[in-house]
Amino acid sequence: MAILEVKDLHKQFEGFQVLKGINFELEKGQVMSIIGSSGSGKTTLLRCITQLETADQGMIMVDGSITFDSASKKKLSSEEKRKNQLKTGLVFQSFNLFPQYNVLENVTLAMKLAAERRPDFKENKKEIYEEIDDKAKVLIAKMGLSEKLKNYPCELSGGQQQRVSIVRAMALEPSILFFDEPTSALDPELTGEVLKVIRELAEEKMTMVIVTHEMDFAREVSDKIIFMDQGIIAESGSADDLINNPKTDRLKAFLSKVK
Amino acid sequence: MTFGKITTDLLAGLGQNIELFLLTLAFALPLGLLITFGSMSKFKPLKYLTKTFVWIIRGTPLMLQLFVVFYIPGLVFGYPMKSRMFAAAIAFIINYACYFSEIYRGGIESIPNGQYEAGQVLGMTKSQTFFRVVLMQVVKRIIPPMGNELLTLVKDTSLARVIAIGEVIMAAERYTARGLIWPLFYTGVYFLALCGILTLLFGWIEKKFSYYR
Ligand SMILES: Nc1ncnc2c1ncn2[C@@H]1O[C@H](COP(=O)(O)OP(=O)(O)O)[C@@H](O)[C@H]1O
Ligand SMILES: [Mg+2]
Repeated sequence: MAILEVKDLHKQFEGFQVLKGINFELEKGQVMSIIGSSGSGKTTLLRCITQLETADQGMIMVDGSITFDSASKKKLSSEEKRKNQLKTGLVFQSFNLFPQYNVLENVTLAMKLAAERRPDFKENKKEIYEEIDDKAKVLIAKMGLSEKLKNYPCELSGGQQQRVSIVRAMALEPSILFFDEPTSALDPELTGEVLKVIRELAEEKMTMVIVTHEMDFAREVSDKIIFMDQGIIAESGSADDLINNPKTDRLKAFLSKVK
Repeated sequence: MTFGKITTDLLAGLGQNIELFLLTLAFALPLGLLITFGSMSKFKPLKYLTKTFVWIIRGTPLMLQLFVVFYIPGLVFGYPMKSRMFAAAIAFIINYACYFSEIYRGGIESIPNGQYEAGQVLGMTKSQTFFRVVLMQVVKRIIPPMGNELLTLVKDTSLARVIAIGEVIMAAERYTARGLIWPLFYTGVYFLALCGILTLLFGWIEKKFSYYR
């Protein structure tokens, strides 16, 4: 069964249709890339799935839960909304790290706040926090950032900041991790280190959806690519198929531009 | 009249300035935050009511507001103000709360949306995001304008003499009335000292917050 299912998704801003019926499915452990020119609705699609925006019409199912369904009248409770929110993680183009917290605190803040809901929080606060710190340190070490635990975001390079934001999203163990142009804000020589950790996550079978302009990377890491154009999926398929044998003129034109 | 006697006399006057300063600070800082929430409210009537109020307070002289607070209760409602300091504090608190609220609002609006969105996608509630993520960034950003505003407040406290509070300039004017003019200019030293302390304090606070951007 698909871990992510998007059906007939529509979204407009002040009468301007940005998403005009998006349909796709993604299997657990797969990596899907979204390509397409600027303004085609890629960011809006991610924001609708990660609930930063509310779609107008359609259905979204993440890991067995329907997180959005315009046909259903049922109102989700705030607890259900929060649960749904945690099923998806999002890595922003501009990192959005919390500047006043160091690397470890950035990664652990949300987990520590979530732990306050545990019934045993009061008695075991210290142990719970230690557990969270230990878990975070393992993940941070995996990203090669152990030496930066106590550094603040302003003391890190863009590539390091983006790696911290990836750890921060992963630490909450989302079912699917979304990336919105994770390397677009980086100097070219720093994109490699970020792409490397995404590649490693792919090898560990993390389910991911990546909006990217790095065609070589997309082809290499993705099981599936979709090409968005003016709010629809103009073409989709396996990575090699799509990039080596584009069928539509629009995709051909797009590929010749980015290459 | 010895120099020492005048110095201590003026110092007693300065006590009134400091009292008014501290009272204003203690109450206008939190009240300003309430006004900020009002002026940023999604509930339109509250928003426009608050904004109109802020506009009136910022658009009229503090001196006039002092007169209004001091005289109107007695003239209109038959309850004359008993304490001059109380009246002055009310006027100052309301006036400065409005200015502080604008500083807070500027600070809050300067925080990029991405900070709230990051909080949301990490499953934090709106209030957690505000108090644990946004607030400290706002505090950092409002320190310099706050420092400025507090320097203005220190100097504004001598306006309280219009409702006969014996603050430092009023204390000096008693000498002027008797033909001794220099104590009036001497009060400048007191203000410089207070402002100097504030400037050092704010420099220190700014440094404390300089570990992040
Ligand atoms: N909050 C918004 N309000 C109005 N228009 C928006 C908003 N967000 C996106 N848009 C518009 O939607 C279109 C698609 O934007 P976006 O999803 O960011 O595209 P992409 O990520 O593919 O570049 C653009 O024309 C953009 O101007
Ligand atoms: Mg985009």
